[in-house]
Amino acid sequence: MTIRVSVQTAAFSMDAERARLMQGAHEAGGVGAFLGVVRGGAGLRALTLEHYPGMTESMIGRIAAEAQARFGLLGCTIIHRVGRLGVGEPIVLVLCLAAHRAAALDATAFVMDWLKTRAPFWKREEFEDGRTAWVDAREADDAAAARWARDGRAG
Amino acid sequence: MEGVPVITILYFAWLRDRLGRSSESMPLPEGAWYVGDVIRTLAERDGDYRLVFGPQGGAIRCAVNQEFAGPDDGVREGDEVAFFPPVTGG
Repeated sequence: MTIRVSVQTAAFSMDAERARLMQGAHEAGGVGAFLGVVRGGAGLRALTLEHYPGMTESMIGRIAAEAQARFGLLGCTIIHRVGRLGVGEPIVLVLCLAAHRAAALDATAFVMDWLKTRAPFWKREEFEDGRTAWVDAREADDAAAARWARDGRAG
Repeated sequence: MEGVPVITILYFAWLRDRLGRSSESMPLPEGAWYVGDVIRTLAERDGDYRLVFGPQGGAIRCAVNQEFAGPDDGVREGDEVAFFPPVTGG
């Protein structure tokens, strides 16, 4: 089981990360993947992502370990970018390697739901007219994470 | 300030913007001290602190030494106490 967590400003290659995750994992049957990108609309030009260095990495590592234990993953990669990102740019990559499809896909959704509610990131929107505004947390994200709360919570 | 126990307070996102600082030290009084006491102390300050930490303030989350914490969690000398809005990553 390999867990790779990275919080970085640089872009990443989804395929290079997939290859790295799968290296030597002969018992793997599939990779669940989620690539989050900056969604445009309403005059949005870019997002700036801020985080709490140290706590971010430890929370993400914990979420990955929880996913590994719960779904029997063979490997998990979570990369989250910070800094200023334009519309359409990738923000987050989650890859979950498992023997079977259900575990790979469920673990990917699990990781995303917990990332959105437990990892200390904050988004500031920047609009074409120069306005900026911090994004409010969505109650829908808490509800999505709560559906996994079978036996306690991640983190 | 030799011998005076302090904690470090960190602010993120709109709290930092509103307060105009990302960190500060706060002396710890004698006796047991909790996150709720830190919030009350900050709310008793003038101006933006009262707006941020008072009853009219927005939703705020707290971490002590990088673990999510609530008002009843204890605070000790040397602790890192962070205040921030509900998270919006992913």
